[in-house]
Amino acid sequence: MELFTNQVLAGIATGAIYACMALAVVMIYQAIDHLNFAQGEMAMFATFISWQLMQWGVPYWASFVITLAFAFVGGVAIERILFKPLAKAPVLTNVAGFIALFAIINSSAGLIWDFTIKQYPTPFGSSPFLGSQLISTHQAGMIGVTVLLLIALYFFFQYTRIGLAMRAAASVPESARLVGINTSWMIALGWGMASAIGAIAGMLIAPVVFLEPNMMGGVLIYGFAAAVLGGLTSPFGAVVGGFLMGIFENLAGTYIPGVGNELKLPIALALIISVLVVKPAGLFGRHIVKRV
Amino acid sequence: MTTLLNVKDLRAYYGQVQALHGLSFSLNEGSLVTLLGANGAGKTTTLRAICNMVRSTGGIEFDGKPLNNRSTESIVRFGIAHVPQGRGTFTTMTVEENLQLGAITRKDSAGIVSDIERMYAHFPVLKQRHTQQAGTLSGGEQQMLAVARALMLRPRLMLLDEPSFGLAPLVVRDLFGILGKINREDKVSILVVEQNAQLALELADQAYVIETGRIVMSGNAKDIANNEEIRKSYLGY
Repeated sequence: MELFTNQVLAGIATGAIYACMALAVVMIYQAIDHLNFAQGEMAMFATFISWQLMQWGVPYWASFVITLAFAFVGGVAIERILFKPLAKAPVLTNVAGFIALFAIINSSAGLIWDFTIKQYPTPFGSSPFLGSQLISTHQAGMIGVTVLLLIALYFFFQYTRIGLAMRAAASVPESARLVGINTSWMIALGWGMASAIGAIAGMLIAPVVFLEPNMMGGVLIYGFAAAVLGGLTSPFGAVVGGFLMGIFENLAGTYIPGVGNELKLPIALALIISVLVVKPAGLFGRHIVKRV
Repeated sequence: MTTLLNVKDLRAYYGQVQALHGLSFSLNEGSLVTLLGANGAGKTTTLRAICNMVRSTGGIEFDGKPLNNRSTESIVRFGIAHVPQGRGTFTTMTVEENLQLGAITRKDSAGIVSDIERMYAHFPVLKQRHTQQAGTLSGGEQQMLAVARALMLRPRLMLLDEPSFGLAPLVVRDLFGILGKINREDKVSILVVEQNAQLALELADQAYVIETGRIVMSGNAKDIANNEEIRKSYLGY
């Protein structure tokens, strides 16, 4: 039983990170109808920035905040420079743009900080949480920060005018323009926020997976899977999908014989495919019905 | 009476296809003007051109200021509220959020709150459903919501694209009654595009008849309604 609880809690902790990545992916998908393949690389680059700041002696939380600001501005800049001009371009052009972005960020990180694995500090420590062997303080911190982030985002989108405007711009762009919303800037804002959310995920997972240019590869696959599982049209679904992914991955690795660490990912993805066969729009997604 | 909207030699294009061929008309402050014409005559295109949602050339002046080459969202800030064809409802949001979105460019939060109450007084059914998802409303209710959303801007000019489309005759009567009241009491100028010419002519002061992207007839709404020849050849009733 203790093993089970332990695995579920650890799953929730990594699931929190998948949830952040899934949420970032969904935010951009809602705004521009494309999956951002470079979401993980953007997060990784931001994490390197925070590491660099700490190398220069900036305290953890200060570099955390500076990195968020950097990630936000970077996200907005990427949208303005690269994806705004591609807004009316065909899907494949956009895909090429995302892949280019992926490669550029990945190689730049390698060039600047090289590909050797680096230790990344945790502000929470890694002792047992509240004296319990079930979960470490860093895992508890991962869950705590994610939950705070989700609550903040919920209030932002539900109760602020700019949040309302962003939702309107994503759901019916033409009507949004007709009430005076600058939809183009709302998309840029969405990119900035998605980038900052990804940066949080990167900084939280870096102590676990260690810091290197390819650190987010696996995480992003889980994030995509979580987003698809929950439904690409539902931010709430993406978050639930993230937590489910984390838990299921751990349980499969522990209880299914012969799976272990190596086969965790394929098993988790197989589960998603089975869910999607039954519910193609994901657990919480809506079928988009278009009038013809 | 001052001219609020002045459109001169308007030409509009969808890709290579020209939809408007030099259309001119004007609308006086406080008046209710209707654009009539058959399907495909260019009525919707005219409204879309005013809000720069379609490529166009020619002069569009609002209150003496040119609107050409401004973005749709900045034209709204002049006080022009456009209720598009199909109503443009934010279907996944609540009725109240739809109303708040109508006022998203305004800064006076107290005024917005009281205007929402005013809309509920105009359209009691919206108050009953204010927490409901707007997509679950009936067609008539969604049209009420669309008009209310437009009024939340406190517009000087409201552009309405086929408000009667798909509605039951009784609901249409109701809606047109409200539009007349808004025009008289709130001093909102209205430009309404309609296929239901009979009804629109009862309501309007001025009417223009469009055919294949050109104005072919204009004048006092009553005169046009009483002229049997025009009615038969252009308006089909």
